[in-house]
Amino acid sequence: MAAPAAKQEGFYDCRDAWARTIEELAENDPRIVAVVNDSVGSSKLGGFQKRFPDRLVNVGIAEQNMVGVGAGLANGGRIPFVSAASCFLTGRALEQVKADIAYAGFNVKLVGQSSGVAYGELGPTHHSIEDFAWLRPLSNIKVVVPADSWETAEAIKWAAAYEGPVYIRLSRMPVPDLVVENRKFQPGKAELVRKGDDVTIIACGTMVHLAVQAAVELEAEGISARILNMATISPLDEAAISAAASETGAIVTIEEANIHGGLGGAVAEHTSANLPVPIERMGFPGFVPTGSVEWLFDHFGLTATGIARSARKAIGRKRG
Amino acid sequence: MLKNDLVDIIREKALWMRRRAFTMVHDAQLGHPGGDFSAIDIIATLYFGVMRYDPKKPDMPERDRFIMSKGHATGALYTALCAAGYYPEDWLKTYMQPQSKLNGHPNRNYLPGVETNTGPLGHGLPVALGIAIAGQMTGSDYRTFVLTGDGELQEGSNWEAAMSAGNRKLGKFTLIVDRNRLQQGMGTEETNGLDPLDDKFRAFGWDVEVIDGHDVGALVNALSEPPGGRSKPLCIIANTIKGKGVSFMENKASWHHGVPNAEQYNIAMEELV
Repeated sequence: MAAPAAKQEGFYDCRDAWARTIEELAENDPRIVAVVNDSVGSSKLGGFQKRFPDRLVNVGIAEQNMVGVGAGLANGGRIPFVSAASCFLTGRALEQVKADIAYAGFNVKLVGQSSGVAYGELGPTHHSIEDFAWLRPLSNIKVVVPADSWETAEAIKWAAAYEGPVYIRLSRMPVPDLVVENRKFQPGKAELVRKGDDVTIIACGTMVHLAVQAAVELEAEGISARILNMATISPLDEAAISAAASETGAIVTIEEANIHGGLGGAVAEHTSANLPVPIERMGFPGFVPTGSVEWLFDHFGLTATGIARSARKAIGRKRG
Repeated sequence: MLKNDLVDIIREKALWMRRRAFTMVHDAQLGHPGGDFSAIDIIATLYFGVMRYDPKKPDMPERDRFIMSKGHATGALYTALCAAGYYPEDWLKTYMQPQSKLNGHPNRNYLPGVETNTGPLGHGLPVALGIAIAGQMTGSDYRTFVLTGDGELQEGSNWEAAMSAGNRKLGKFTLIVDRNRLQQGMGTEETNGLDPLDDKFRAFGWDVEVIDGHDVGALVNALSEPPGGRSKPLCIIANTIKGKGVSFMENKASWHHGVPNAEQYNIAMEELV
């Protein structure tokens, strides 16, 4: 497999961690199989295909069939990882995800590749920014959004061992590994990346490392920002959100997703009913214009500077 | 067992299923009796003449699988699973009542013997395909049967699965199409025609047999594995009659989800003997 074209030193494409991990797991567990929709290359499953040709099911460009086949493979005792561009996996096959995977409760792992706006200039048909809102109500699917290569590998290992439906949302955007002491992947738990008292920035996926940069910027102004890596969107770590609301009094959410119904929506649902505090939700308001990923992030303020600005705004909205 | 004896047993089970299903629909004043009755001889043949299963071990890996893609025809499925010994007859009395395990569409988490949750059309064939691929992958000898309605084949997901199945040598995979030629509002051919259905499946790489879906002897023959097995998936187009067995229901689209009043129920019970 070709080395990833990392854009900056120390930045890694999480799909490489996914591919390495699934091959390792498959080596030790013959039940693990991959299901794709002509997406071997974009899922970086070329190595898997070489090593386990009989355990890769390529149904062709047919997402409804792909997800249904995943459910059937689970019925037949396999552990299928259904891997495809997340826009098509969740959008095109949404009813199959609902009925065949979530409602039926099959032990299927859905792996959404190149999520968010990773396809940049290809436009909203190829963006996957609605997936959180679509999948969150499917209550028994765990929705996991790793923030870096380490967390990707840990999430894949956990998903293989866990009995039940999981959606793991990966990007193709290179990100740095987070620096957190004694890291341990805990599904359903927020990861405290940085302590802080004035505001909490709750981020997931590609946005977490930007939130850390923002916290450094804010620290220079004497603002102490707590950073939570909310790698599990569903079920939500409500205790961590309650603590953030009561201890810091203001929240910024940031996700590479639509701000309606995703991480920000979930946090707002919880706090508004329990501990209302000012919230600034960052992400995309709807379909986005043509532009590269970098341009889109910059245009919608998904940068360290933009996050710091939202943090100041949230703090300014605190009462009294 | 002699084949004639087997056919008699299946017919007896099918009669019981029709009477019991119609009673469930009458009591609940809900259901899809027209499609129950077109499918019952097919399902009775599978459970009482063809399939390998043990109701005491519903998760036995080597069991043959039956996937009810036309999930709305629960009267047919639930009575079959009951008669096969998966659960007691008392459970049928709860059909569609609050908190019942017998939901309007089957749920595998509620009932033993249900292989997957169906209801939205066009879901059963892809899931069944996955089961058949798992069997092929692991060298298992279980067979996978899936029953779809005919109107249901207007859903594109079926053709995604049909193409994929045809490209794999899935000799243990059998699709039965309940070809009653009626969907909920009118005829399939008036709505979005399916004919020539046999040619369509042949073109997708399947073996095809066209039979009378109420001829139990023909069903036993078509559904039994030939000596030496098959090298392609098999599509059985079972020509059926919606509402089969009750004079005023036969070939009437209105009985798709029509329910009987007391008088109609009594007439049906007199005819179903």
